[in-house]
Amino acid sequence: MTQAGRFGAYGGQFVPETLMTPLIELEKAYEEAKADPAFQKELDYYLKQYVGRETPLYFAERLTEKIGGAKIYLKREDLNHTGAHKINNALGQALLAIRMGKKRIVAETGAGQHGVATATACALLDLECIVYMGAEDVKRQSLNVFRMELLGAKVVGVDKGSATLKDAVNEALRHWVTNVEDTHYILGSALGPHPFPTIVRDFQRVIGDETRAQILEQENRLPDTVVACVGGGSNAIGMFYPFVEDSNVGLIGVEAAGSGVETGKHAAAITGGQKGVLHGAYMYLLQDENGFVQEAHSISAGLDYPATGPEHSYLADIGRAQYVAVTDAEALEGVKLLCATEGILPALESSHAIAYVSKLAATMDKEQIVVICLSGRGDKDVHTLIDALGGGKQ
Amino acid sequence: MTLQQAIEKVNADGGKAFVPYIMAGDGGLETLRDTVLRLQTLGVSAIEVGIPFTDPVADGPTIELAGERALQNGTNLRNVIATLQSFADEVTIPLVAMTYLNPVLAYGPNFAKDAYAAGIRGVIVPDMPYEERGIIHSDLQAAGVALVQLISLTSPAERIAKLAAGSEGFIYAVTVNGITGARADFADHLDAHFAKLKEASSLPVLAGFGISTPEQVQRFGGYSDGVIVGSKIVDSIANNDWGTIEELIQASKQLGVK
Repeated sequence: MTQAGRFGAYGGQFVPETLMTPLIELEKAYEEAKADPAFQKELDYYLKQYVGRETPLYFAERLTEKIGGAKIYLKREDLNHTGAHKINNALGQALLAIRMGKKRIVAETGAGQHGVATATACALLDLECIVYMGAEDVKRQSLNVFRMELLGAKVVGVDKGSATLKDAVNEALRHWVTNVEDTHYILGSALGPHPFPTIVRDFQRVIGDETRAQILEQENRLPDTVVACVGGGSNAIGMFYPFVEDSNVGLIGVEAAGSGVETGKHAAAITGGQKGVLHGAYMYLLQDENGFVQEAHSISAGLDYPATGPEHSYLADIGRAQYVAVTDAEALEGVKLLCATEGILPALESSHAIAYVSKLAATMDKEQIVVICLSGRGDKDVHTLIDALGGGKQ
Repeated sequence: MTLQQAIEKVNADGGKAFVPYIMAGDGGLETLRDTVLRLQTLGVSAIEVGIPFTDPVADGPTIELAGERALQNGTNLRNVIATLQSFADEVTIPLVAMTYLNPVLAYGPNFAKDAYAAGIRGVIVPDMPYEERGIIHSDLQAAGVALVQLISLTSPAERIAKLAAGSEGFIYAVTVNGITGARADFADHLDAHFAKLKEASSLPVLAGFGISTPEQVQRFGGYSDGVIVGSKIVDSIANNDWGTIEELIQASKQLGVK
């Protein structure tokens, strides 16, 4: 980072003035919390006893055999309480909110995983919770909507714009700016104005920290390549960050190519977008020649966002991480592959990484090691899978 | 005349500035000339010309929906500037563009120069706080276009001092925590807040966000050097209700009578 809140040229604080002072206060509160052993101890306690960390780094032997190349390991974030990596950040930020004396939480959600994680943390810690969710996603992820409501959260459908994650972020920002005195915004991805991309990355780096220690224990060496799906980029940055200084470890982020990047119906902001400002940060963004933000398209609600976070934008520019894109159809094959070989139903988001590795690993030697961040489980996607794959009718 | 001079002139004559906000392209870009000239004839001090954006996070539903209509009409920063240029010689009051940052970045380095040629003397970028202004500020300065800073109720004293010193044209004093749109209630003690702003800078201080009735125009005009009315004007233009607009302007003019 070359200056506060920047990753190279990316990041920054492009927000209404009303939010500047809350952001400055948040940054200060976060720096204090980070330096406070008692805060870390409390977070560690909940991560271990409540979330179920550490999550396994599992050698996927049958998947490896089936593909016939590099050894494939899965970082099992799907085994976290609530079924995805999102709880790592939601819990950390909820504890931070309490530390700041805020009683109410607002959040956005795409697939619903971050909304469920936030609603869960709020139920656990007795905070009021309101979650904005695109109306389109409310339909696609009705199971998660019901879960959030059971957990005591108020879910508000957003039918503006494309009625997906980007529009939910707009409404969450509007809610925050209006209720800023008593409300903390738990942003769910490595996006938004500084300090959010840093806070989210720090709360998610537990994924990469554990993976690094686990692979050293199991293989006595670091992996050759680490692969994670990228929407906004929270699971990927959490996985990548502890490996950034390990120049021999390849980092690959897999974006959602939707119907194909060439069709224009995709969510691959680094692969097929340009630099711009959205939701508080300068980053790669899907936009037209007038600077209007374009709708993202992906079968996976969690990747259906038209930008990729600032730290990923930076890692892409300096060549430290590579970003590729996988289509809806390929991701569906990834779901089937992992179900059939390992008995694991992955989230559609994570399936993008699986689909890419199914090609990549085949080109690698048997002695090489690939780690996939299996960011979430796929139970929430079953309705989508029935529609896309047919079946389930008898 | 610069934006600051135009507002100071209204104040020097004993009046309060009245700045309506319009959404360019709502109703079609072909209506922009008539709207601007009609407001000018009614005696407004300047006009804030809103540029539609896909993700207007600082705006409430009225302006957001007007923006969506404008986008559906194919409105963008480029064709708004071109349209304003086509009748710039008929406009004698300063125009102030209110645009989110990304369309400006996409427009490229000629934005400030082209905006000036279109009669734009000030720019308000609601998602670009003071600290980030470097991304376009030097181009605007070179072209003679003021970069207006918003100051919010959440800004602490030292920040108010910094923003007030760094603003150009006027100070845009946000009257509520929140987004644009009509409000029934405002916080107490706003008069003290405005007094602080006046003390912090020699620039005119204009109040905006949530002001929608003649009574509110008078209340905030009483504290400040003038008012900006957005959502109510946008609604009234969309409904062709110019009577409401004239009442608001009239309320501001009564303030000036000594």
